[in-house]
Amino acid sequence: MALIWLSIILPIAAALGVAVSPTRHARWIALAGTLASLAVLAVVAWQFPDWTTGKHSPSTEAPAWIPRAGISLSVGFDTVSLLLALLTALLMPLCILGSFSAITERVREYYGWFLVLGSSIILAFAARDAILFYIGYEFTLLPMTIIIAVYGGTERRVAAIKMFLYTFLGSMFMLAAILYVAWEHRVVSGVWTFDIDTLTATGVRLPAATQYWLFAALMIGFAVKVPLFPLHTWLPLAHDQAPTAGSVILAASMLKLGTYGNYRFALPMAPAGGVELMTVAAVLSIAAIIYASLICWVQTDAKKLIAYSSVAHLGLCMLGLFALNPVGAEGAVFYMVNHGVSTGALFLCIGMFYERYHTKDTDVLGGLAKRMPVWACFMVFFTMASIGLPGLNGFVGEFLCLGGTFIAEHDVQSGFPGLLGPWYAIVAGLGLILAAMYLLILLGKIVWGPLRVPHTSSHGHSESPSTLTVDINGREIATLVPLAVACLWLGLQPKPMLDAIAPCTQRMLEHYPALVERHRQVETPRVADARDPLAKETTP
Amino acid sequence: MSATTALGALAPKLQLIVPEMLLFLGAVVVAVRGLSRRRMARSSLPAITCIALLASAATTLFAWTPSAASQAGLLFPMLGQFIKPAVAVLAAVLVLLSVGSVDRLVEDAVARGRRAFDAQRVVRGEFYAFLLFSVMGVMLLCNATDLIWLFLAIELVSLPTYIMVAVGGHGTRPQEAAIKYFFLGALSTAVFLYGFALIYGATGTLELTAIRDAFALQQVSGGISTLGMIGLVMAVLGLCFKITAVPMHFYAPDVYEGAPTHVAAFLAFIPKAAGFLALALVLTCVGWTGHSFLDADGVRVSYSGLPTPIAATLWMVAAITMTLGNVGGLVQGSVKRTLAYSSIAHSGYMVIGLVAGPPAGLAALFFYLVAYGVMTTASFAALCALERKGEELNGFGDIAGMRVKHPVMAWMLAMSQASLVGLPPLIGFVAKVYLFIAAFEAGQVGLVVIAVLNSAVSALYYLRIAILPLVAPSSARSDEVTLVPSAWPRVAAVVCGVGTLVMSIFAGPIIGLVRSATAEGPPQSASAQRSLEP
Repeated sequence: MALIWLSIILPIAAALGVAVSPTRHARWIALAGTLASLAVLAVVAWQFPDWTTGKHSPSTEAPAWIPRAGISLSVGFDTVSLLLALLTALLMPLCILGSFSAITERVREYYGWFLVLGSSIILAFAARDAILFYIGYEFTLLPMTIIIAVYGGTERRVAAIKMFLYTFLGSMFMLAAILYVAWEHRVVSGVWTFDIDTLTATGVRLPAATQYWLFAALMIGFAVKVPLFPLHTWLPLAHDQAPTAGSVILAASMLKLGTYGNYRFALPMAPAGGVELMTVAAVLSIAAIIYASLICWVQTDAKKLIAYSSVAHLGLCMLGLFALNPVGAEGAVFYMVNHGVSTGALFLCIGMFYERYHTKDTDVLGGLAKRMPVWACFMVFFTMASIGLPGLNGFVGEFLCLGGTFIAEHDVQSGFPGLLGPWYAIVAGLGLILAAMYLLILLGKIVWGPLRVPHTSSHGHSESPSTLTVDINGREIATLVPLAVACLWLGLQPKPMLDAIAPCTQRMLEHYPALVERHRQVETPRVADARDPLAKETTP
Repeated sequence: MSATTALGALAPKLQLIVPEMLLFLGAVVVAVRGLSRRRMARSSLPAITCIALLASAATTLFAWTPSAASQAGLLFPMLGQFIKPAVAVLAAVLVLLSVGSVDRLVEDAVARGRRAFDAQRVVRGEFYAFLLFSVMGVMLLCNATDLIWLFLAIELVSLPTYIMVAVGGHGTRPQEAAIKYFFLGALSTAVFLYGFALIYGATGTLELTAIRDAFALQQVSGGISTLGMIGLVMAVLGLCFKITAVPMHFYAPDVYEGAPTHVAAFLAFIPKAAGFLALALVLTCVGWTGHSFLDADGVRVSYSGLPTPIAATLWMVAAITMTLGNVGGLVQGSVKRTLAYSSIAHSGYMVIGLVAGPPAGLAALFFYLVAYGVMTTASFAALCALERKGEELNGFGDIAGMRVKHPVMAWMLAMSQASLVGLPPLIGFVAKVYLFIAAFEAGQVGLVVIAVLNSAVSALYYLRIAILPLVAPSSARSDEVTLVPSAWPRVAAVVCGVGTLVMSIFAGPIIGLVRSATAEGPPQSASAQRSLEP
């Protein structure tokens, strides 16, 4: 546990170091802090005893923070949270490396807040106490708001405030839901606790009508963060306006807090509510996939395009979770990591040409392969990973999510029957075709074709410092290579990771088979009339 | 009753008010020294005030012994041990805000030799003396054993603040604000004094513990009399003025805006603390859920809860106050008015603690109160530390881009707003969670939902105050903003701003303290009550 806390505190310590040291050292201190945090987490992962059991480690008692309210400082990982924390810790140094030339003003603040953001995300993933999770989850908003509002594009303030308000409103519902479950636990046992496992056990025992509201409240909180249609409108703006590194962390780690929240809280804590609302949630996920894909098709701003594709991809990821069977859930968790790697890398790539040409408009810019061949290689590589080319990481996750959804209804062998069926998968599958289309159009425009660059800056960039070469330089290559390796490795060798995820997802789903069976028995004889009046209101 | 036993009964009471005596001493010294011809003597007044406050805070820790407290017949024997030091220390920080602003024009003129020193023109001594009196009132509330004491202590809190509003700054606006504040304050005093009178009429006693037992008897034998009920509701509504709660909230925006900023900071905390202390005491007399007392035969009789009319009144006060405060905060054009509405909204949250009742509700209320004091003082202190052409900051244009020239103040302002909105891990978040937990324990799920929605709404205006200084480009107005000559307001801003984080780290022990402070005294037996009657 001490090591986990160390990995959370190291970036904060580095942030304090950045605050008191001269500006020219800031980025190196930041880099050192994030690398140290990554190293510590790597040690944690190396020593992690429960890769194949789905248990949490360490499971020891933690020191209390506010004993009267049962809030403790308990941290620990299961496989899923450890993978996501590792992803965050891996991306942090890359983001900082990627910001070297992009950030020229208010440098120390930037790196300071970036470090704080990183530890806050790791805290959210590591937390074993619901309030601690909430602290990590919610505190990310402050640094991210500042990073967008200070270092972003022309509409940065609107984007930052919109992001803050959307997420804050959503997470208030989530907080209320968590407090409610804790209170129910207090009524039964007489003590306050926010231990996530205990609360999950309490939530499962609540009456179905209560779980319905519980699931709805938790879902609203996390759906804003994921984001699910129709709560996604803050995301494209935030992505578009954020500086490159901000977009990377936003897409790769912060959005994962939403999907992780579903995995950790909404689905296991209120399964009876989940069963009732599953079809609604799945329809919303599919709506996100199709709607965002269609927007991508006509999008001329490269960064917005990737942002909307993020909405579509995470819609698919959520669909995999909602399939309620191990295949879909494993795929979804795998996809969380994948999406972080490939979308993060795409944002980095776009940031690189934006730094050189100061435009992201695909109508103005084109044929960059002629001028930036190395960059073009990476861009094509990561786009392929994002499309889901077999052999790269995207394929595995997408295939499993769709496959899980497809077989959900008839998946009797695994013992985890779901509520979704082939039609859900077929409609969602359209999104993949659309994804291939819009991403290839993007490539066709900016990578291939005749060279088109803005007139104002004919070669490289006139105003920017001379550190930027025509093609990407060694530092920029260094930020992309680890991600490319990860894409390839996860694509070719997914099995170890899937095996490690499997026990966790099975644990998450443990209460669903019985509930789904009961739900079906109620549903089948008299389809519409026999439904719970609550479910009837919300089923479209 | 012989003289020795009378003295024996008085001794513990005297021991408990030693901290107040220190403050009184400080007030006298300050008032006299303020007339001194020597500039040095006059400028040492804030220091003396602070020392008096800190000394009385320290003394409380020794003077407020459990043995003395248990003999004093208090409703909450240990309440003073937490409230008095907390209020005194925060008041000392509030003193820092005012350094250099009271009497500034007169002092400047005297220093430049443009005007001879005239003892009749300076008010600094009076200002700090009144400040000490006001704080003394809050501290005396912890010792209140009867309604008269309660009333006098509340008025001791309020009366000096009317004058502080008027003399703390310069120009006519503070005077206008003071007049408004005074007349509305007098109205509220009339209302709750009338309520107190009716309570006396209904119970035949002024002693709080005796009133508690009388109401308890009434409750088990057919409910509280109409007279008593009207008295209680009037007392509650009248006290709403002190805590800026609906329906007596309307003065707050005008008065906070008109008053000098450092006095507005004082108003946002000290009278509010007094109001909540008084409400807690009055409401304890009717009791919350799960109350019990010993009847004449020594049998424990239990009865349930706040009587419905009072519970409903408080519920509505809480719900309407927080909603009105937050919605009002959205549309304000100046920082101080926004903070005034924020103050109203937070009172609404705190009333939830009163609805929930002891033990958790009151503990959560007083914890929230102190947390609110720290956060709001930080916001006002950041404003106090800056000025524009000798005028205090007020409009949003004044704080836009504050970061460029005054980064530390901008960060402290942002931090205090983040804490006020309830962003973890700052103290505002912990206080809110603890309050919600208490509300859940009392079964007030509805109020929690309303409060949660309100928190989300409040994010809009807090975010504006937090983001503008950090992000917006500096405007023509904000370019003219300079630091005030005195460094102390800056110190106060940093202390409170950092305090929002530090307090949250030590929230566990602090909540433990509040919980033991709000433990109720043993119920008086009915026979003991009879012996008190003439």
